[in-house]
Amino acid sequence: MSQPTGVIHDIGYQRYTGPRLGRRPIVGALYVHGLRAAFGLGRSAKAKVFPWLIVGVVAVVAAVLTALRARTGQALVGYAEFTEMLSMLIIFFCAVVAPELVSRDLHNGVLPLYFARPLRRQDYALARLAALVSATFLLLAGPMTVMFVGAAFSVDRLGAVWDELGDYLVGLGYAAVHAVVFGVLALLVASLLRRRAVAAGAIVGSFLLTTPVVGVLMVLPYERATQLAGLASPVTLVGGLGDWAFEPGGEAEIGGYGPLYALTTLGFVVAGVLLLLARYRKVASK
Amino acid sequence: MTLIATQSLTKTYGNGVTALADLTVGIEPGIVGLVGANGAGKSTFIKIVLGLLSPTSGQVRVLGLDPTVDGNQIRARVGYMPEHDCLPPDLSAAEFVTHMARMSGLPKTTARERASEALRHVGLYEERYRQIGGYSTGMKQRVKLAQALVHDPDLLLLDEPTNGLDPAGRDAMLNLIERIGTEFGISVLVCSHLLGEIERICTALVAIDGGRLLRAAQLSDMTAATEVLSVEVSEGTDELAARLAAANLPVRRDGRLLLVPLADETTYDLILTAVAELDLPLHRLDQRRHRVAELFATGPVASGEPPAALAGAGATEGGIR
Repeated sequence: MSQPTGVIHDIGYQRYTGPRLGRRPIVGALYVHGLRAAFGLGRSAKAKVFPWLIVGVVAVVAAVLTALRARTGQALVGYAEFTEMLSMLIIFFCAVVAPELVSRDLHNGVLPLYFARPLRRQDYALARLAALVSATFLLLAGPMTVMFVGAAFSVDRLGAVWDELGDYLVGLGYAAVHAVVFGVLALLVASLLRRRAVAAGAIVGSFLLTTPVVGVLMVLPYERATQLAGLASPVTLVGGLGDWAFEPGGEAEIGGYGPLYALTTLGFVVAGVLLLLARYRKVASK
Repeated sequence: MTLIATQSLTKTYGNGVTALADLTVGIEPGIVGLVGANGAGKSTFIKIVLGLLSPTSGQVRVLGLDPTVDGNQIRARVGYMPEHDCLPPDLSAAEFVTHMARMSGLPKTTARERASEALRHVGLYEERYRQIGGYSTGMKQRVKLAQALVHDPDLLLLDEPTNGLDPAGRDAMLNLIERIGTEFGISVLVCSHLLGEIERICTALVAIDGGRLLRAAQLSDMTAATEVLSVEVSEGTDELAARLAAANLPVRRDGRLLLVPLADETTYDLILTAVAELDLPLHRLDQRRHRVAELFATGPVASGEPPAALAGAGATEGGIR
């Protein structure tokens, strides 16, 4: 008989004595996980289709604008208008990603597993919200960066690059405001619904629900009503804020109500976050 | 060290339902069975232990910490397997358990290694890259156990781990839990409404009913003096009983069985001699451990209420076996 050349050891169970990370790194890991999931990374091919379709459309729009600018030397669309032009696509993106982040966990019953771990309920909600807002911001910031680089190479003097950089940074700020406002509303709606398709529809609906109100107020023959009409819908609310803060000379439509738009936006976001936290306090005590 | 100690623990929900009432119990390391009918307060007890619910009154300490204050630290050292479905169908078991390990605070590479290990220990090593949606109920229960085990907790809380499993699956799950408790050195609290099922693997039992403690005891205390021989003859049961009683054996009738406490080896001889002398057809002579359910029924009851529900549950399960 030949000697056995290898031995299989049953090493049995081994206790873990290595480092255990605290709450903050855990929340960080959950945030990164959510950001990846937003673009379908680490998920099935099916989960990648919608996010990347939207990314593709936004990228094409940015590429065309960049090419036209290089040709003509004229900026057809500024950074701020770029974001406003794409607001419908941002809504679609949120409607796809927010249910993927929270409705899915509700539907699968995974939440008790999260809450039985060191992170807290509000950590979960805020990590998910941060992931959605970051993903939406990246959706806009990526193409805007392409546009900026394209523009920076097509201008002829150094001073113009600095001007362009200023516009670009303001544009990024405006994109961030969009991402926060749209993300809060979308995640709040998605956190109430278990089914992803239903949640996606409800998110789009929640953005569009009050647009007729805006339309009606707009055609009223009172100047004040027209100027305040934008407050009635999240899309026009952010648009109004943008007219005041991010687009010099764009105040014509809202008159002197710019600060009111800013305050309303702030209140909207704060209320949304508080409602979201309240929602997860309730879901956990079930 | 006491794993879980409660002092007059009471939990009343907002709608006036009392889930736990004045519960004082100490749970020592080992495999502890928490038994009670549905709605007895088991899940509420687990949620309080995890720090997810705060008690209405009374104290609780888990691993020496107060869950209402140090919930995070407790949850880092405790593994929880819920009763209901909690698995995403579109992920592989390896991905899911790795993610859950990271959520417990393990660094990235360690999480992946320990997820593989945990899945190996529950017997899912080969299948771990398949999507969970395609798993059988038994495999899903194992994934649930693996995610509770992955971060090497000091205490495992298992809520009805044999739910939905067939008899073979139940046995496999119970054996696995027994291994975790003995070989792995992790204390386990198993919740079940089937006393007869978990008594086999437990070192201690805590019985609650309507949120009150019925009885808590180490199983070794309960069963040490209760080794019993059961004798079954096809006919002449009464004659045999009389003969054994005459031989100074405290014999008891239980249906067609005669139960004789096992004093020492000579008890066997006495019974066999009696059967042979009466020339009766002996059907069965075996040693059986006293059913814990019977102990709950006959032993001193802490709260003074008859634990009818428990004895019933144990007897039913015994009948099925």
